[in-house]
Amino acid sequence: MFAYCADPKSLEGLQWLSCYLTSGSHMSFYASFLTVLVLLAVTAPVALAFGYAGAMAGRSGAAPLRWLGKGYMAMVRGIPDVVFFLFFVVALDQGLEYVLHFARCSDWAEPVRQGLEFRVCPAAKIPPNNAPQVVHQIYGFALAVLTFAIVFGAFAANVLTGAMKAVPRAQLETAESYGMNNRQINRRILVPQMWIYALPGLSNLWMILIKATPLLFILGVQDIVYWAQQLGSMKTQAYSYPHPDWRLGYFLSLLVFYLCMTKASELVLDRITARLSRGQAIVKQSGASA
Amino acid sequence: MSCLDTIHSYAFRSLGYGERLLPREGFDLCQHVTLIGSGLILNVYFAIVALAAGFILATALAVGKTSRHALIRKPCEWFIFLFRGSPLFIQFFVAYQLLVMLPRAGITVPLGLFELTLNTNWITRAWAGAAIVLFLNTSAYTAEIFVGALRTVPRGDMEAAAAYGFTGWRRFRRIQWPTMMRLAWPAYTNEAIFLLHATTLVFFSGFPAFQQRGDALYYASYFAGKTFNPFIAYPIVAVYFIILTLFITWVFGLVGRYLNRHLPTNERQRRRPRLLPQIIR
Repeated sequence: MFAYCADPKSLEGLQWLSCYLTSGSHMSFYASFLTVLVLLAVTAPVALAFGYAGAMAGRSGAAPLRWLGKGYMAMVRGIPDVVFFLFFVVALDQGLEYVLHFARCSDWAEPVRQGLEFRVCPAAKIPPNNAPQVVHQIYGFALAVLTFAIVFGAFAANVLTGAMKAVPRAQLETAESYGMNNRQINRRILVPQMWIYALPGLSNLWMILIKATPLLFILGVQDIVYWAQQLGSMKTQAYSYPHPDWRLGYFLSLLVFYLCMTKASELVLDRITARLSRGQAIVKQSGASA
Repeated sequence: MSCLDTIHSYAFRSLGYGERLLPREGFDLCQHVTLIGSGLILNVYFAIVALAAGFILATALAVGKTSRHALIRKPCEWFIFLFRGSPLFIQFFVAYQLLVMLPRAGITVPLGLFELTLNTNWITRAWAGAAIVLFLNTSAYTAEIFVGALRTVPRGDMEAAAAYGFTGWRRFRRIQWPTMMRLAWPAYTNEAIFLLHATTLVFFSGFPAFQQRGDALYYASYFAGKTFNPFIAYPIVAVYFIILTLFITWVFGLVGRYLNRHLPTNERQRRRPRLLPQIIR
């Protein structure tokens, strides 16, 4: 970064620190904070879409669709999310490759499951074996986003179902009496009104999503936890910047980062709630902001 | 090896009894169910210890947070914010690093005539360290639930208590606390469920599994890693947790009915714990 950083072993004090904190791996560390923010920005709308689809399916008139929606909503209540995170990434990966295997290599003779191993033909590998490292990383990140979206979509579906039930029945009956069909009622009356009821639950969900982001580490993405562990562990004289075990410091900085994120979100969400409740004839829900 | 043999050797593997080595071949359904079930004992242990101890601390924190004195209120607020505002995952890492810094040989406390040596070896083990983190974490979450309940205790109840001459500790013990429990119970049920789910994070917490005594996820990932097949091990964990969740819902439902026994019931409108999505912290 700086010109005097060429020989880090000769440096001391503040100069050493400034070089240390701007080294290449530290830049990756700072970039991984961006990864977390990107994950939040991408996952939140995708999860909301999943949740919306789930809630709509749960209200559907067709029984199989309704069961699907209800089952989707029920699964998160009984099963720890960590199990989903471990399961979905491998399951999605293997599932995609399995489908491609049948599409591309129909003449492949060997079975896919050979005893303990999962083998698909080379053409079905995602991403291809010879793909650059970046593609592998992006694929891993996309799988992570999808997993997050599935799990948090189930939560969002729960929230949205509750919100739909909270819209006063009289509103829908009025719409019916005006001769609207089910679809029109949904689009013009139900959906526009449900958001204010969904807001406390959704802001809750946002907070939980923030606090779930370190689980990226479990999914094998090089996120802030990964880098904190890498950078914090003891470095011998073989490294340019030898130092003792500083993991505590790195993890404490992550802790502070998350506390700041939580506090900032709290302030913003409070303002949004205040703004949206203006002129609304509903009492502020006290229990929902737990 | 028959299934009974497997159960005999591995049923209490997570506690250190039975066969020393994990199975290296076979990996049949029986081994899966037995070993993962054995790991589940640890998850249940974490949940019970954290819930029981957390309940007491949470009550104290809730009373502290509603206190009028800033000297009492502020520390409680900060504690709750610290543990509710940061991810449990990070808390585990920080706690582990802190606990590792304790001197290996133990701390010597001079007590005048003799010296007391506190052994610190045990605290970095998962059974102690992770339980402490879970305990502090659930205390903060439960305290927030209790604070909400304390603030909604009907004003009339307190005025009636004052009219009968209840003050201080007696008023809290006889009037405030029972009502608080009654109001907080549905949310507290959720907290218990999500705490149980949070115990699975112990596997990733950095606290090493001593002598391969791990929790349910430890054995599940062992099998998934050996067989490259996540479709058996993880669904077994899921089924176990669904059963446990139903059990918690049932037990807490019984307690909830006991707490509400003096109120007119309307069976058709039972108070069921609502889903407050608080699964991850």
